[in-house]
Amino acid sequence: MLQALYLLLEGVTVIVPVLLAVAFMTIIERKVLAATQRRVGPNTVGYYGILQPFSDALKLIIKETVIPAQANKVLFYLAPVLAIIVSLLGWAVVPFGTGLALSDFSLGVIYTLTLSSFGIYGVLFAGWSANSKYAFLGSLRATAALISYELILSSAVIIIIVLTGSFNYTQIIESQIPVWFIVPLAPIFILFFIAILAETSRVPFDLQEAESELVAGFFTEHSSIIFVLFFLAEYSSIVLFSTLTSILFLGGYNCPMIFINDTYLNLESVILGLKTCIFCFMFVWFRSTFPRIRTDQIIKFCWVSLLPMVMAFIILVPCLLVSFDWIV
Amino acid sequence: MRGFLPRSAQSARIISTSMNANISSARAIRIVWRTYASTTNTTKPAFETPHSQTHQVPHLPETHIKSFGTSKVMAGPQDVPGAAVNPYKDGPSALDKAMTSFLFTELIRGLWIVLEQFFRPPYTIMYPFEKGPLSPRFRGEHALRRYPNGEERCIACKLCEAICPAQAITIESEARQDGSRRTTRYDIDMTKCIYCGFCQEACPVDAIVETQNQEFSTETREELLYNKEKLLANGDRAEAEIAANLHSEHVYR
Repeated sequence: MLQALYLLLEGVTVIVPVLLAVAFMTIIERKVLAATQRRVGPNTVGYYGILQPFSDALKLIIKETVIPAQANKVLFYLAPVLAIIVSLLGWAVVPFGTGLALSDFSLGVIYTLTLSSFGIYGVLFAGWSANSKYAFLGSLRATAALISYELILSSAVIIIIVLTGSFNYTQIIESQIPVWFIVPLAPIFILFFIAILAETSRVPFDLQEAESELVAGFFTEHSSIIFVLFFLAEYSSIVLFSTLTSILFLGGYNCPMIFINDTYLNLESVILGLKTCIFCFMFVWFRSTFPRIRTDQIIKFCWVSLLPMVMAFIILVPCLLVSFDWIV
Repeated sequence: MRGFLPRSAQSARIISTSMNANISSARAIRIVWRTYASTTNTTKPAFETPHSQTHQVPHLPETHIKSFGTSKVMAGPQDVPGAAVNPYKDGPSALDKAMTSFLFTELIRGLWIVLEQFFRPPYTIMYPFEKGPLSPRFRGEHALRRYPNGEERCIACKLCEAICPAQAITIESEARQDGSRRTTRYDIDMTKCIYCGFCQEACPVDAIVETQNQEFSTETREELLYNKEKLLANGDRAEAEIAANLHSEHVYR
């Protein structure tokens, strides 16, 4: 009984800060987007507007929930719940510091890849159950793009797995103590980052919610609290993928030993957070820079350009490892 | 024999041979390339010599250069060696293009521009607390003016009512006891008004004017149906500003 309580408490200690981080990701997005456009952005609620996400959440929650009459209600409600559960489950294997993971799962990378594939179901259910053309088209596009870029993502990760010889995130981090993987694997990092941009359906691959043509994409018909769940899921996956990028390529919580101490401030987690912030910023930076590309261009870019590249690296990297006898 | 011909004739000959005769395409390309490589230096005209300072035009074959206006103007395309031969003469090389697409140079340039803007201060004017400048010709809320002795200017000529394209102005008038014609009613429906300023321009006595006040939103529609008292009150409140603006613009009217 006490054991179960402890487990629950552990989960809460991860999920609450994660949800806070997701809330602040929305304000990061709005502030950075504003700054790149030489605007001020939200600046009224709290100091410099940092409490804006909470007022937004309150506003969205007290709104009326409208459901289309012809919608499939079960799936309509299930879709956002599925989306948020899947994107929050991804945090279970993230190590925030030495030994600071909910589960130091030996197949952590596989687990993450599986969950990111599951994320498609939320999109698909939402688009189909709403019985709306826009939502349906949005979910179809999103599914096509997600399935395509899943391939790039997994292939890029496979190269790291080959280098470290482990599916475990802790081991991947520890094998980056000599050098961060972004240095030897810079081209793969670019491919990986493109893939996670598409995987989180961000600009320039955000055709699933191309607001100029599809209103809001697959969650057009969702309103109020169920919309909040989609919103949270989207930003949670952004923060999650930023964290995973910093773990896989920037050495996660690695920092020089002199900085690690036994005081209450866990500097390792702070460093992981800073690295994550870099990628969160990059997400927004890319959004403010690039225009959205067309559906067929996205799919073509994946299968014609990225896939051959990543396949070439999948052949090249193990060949280098074998020929120089570097295999772990 | 090839060396004795003028270069233009040479390249033309090569094109014709590579097209008509039975040379393999690889060989034709090689010949074309060699010709191109040997003629690239000739684009620099020969008259850019020390002699050109003394305006002495060196003797050149007439087929080579027709105009001496600029150094770039050469003879027609049939005389420019290699121009029609090498299709890759203009534009970036294949290596350049490959580097551009593989290193995302264009994307990175765009990202850099955005990052530059990111670190610059915003243009935002914090509106209720700070306001942008207004032209003296700004057309805002209406006002009826008075003469300095307190007499209202409006003489009920109804020119403003006539010219108003939105028909927002309603005027009724009658003779006052001293015999002068004055308005008994001067209403402007501010919900109809399109702020074109025609009333201001039509007025012969500068009675109806548009002030620089643009912040007169109300909570009810009825409050926007202005009557004479309201308009005169507006004029009394902003008389100094109105007079200054009219004075600053009077030379142009």
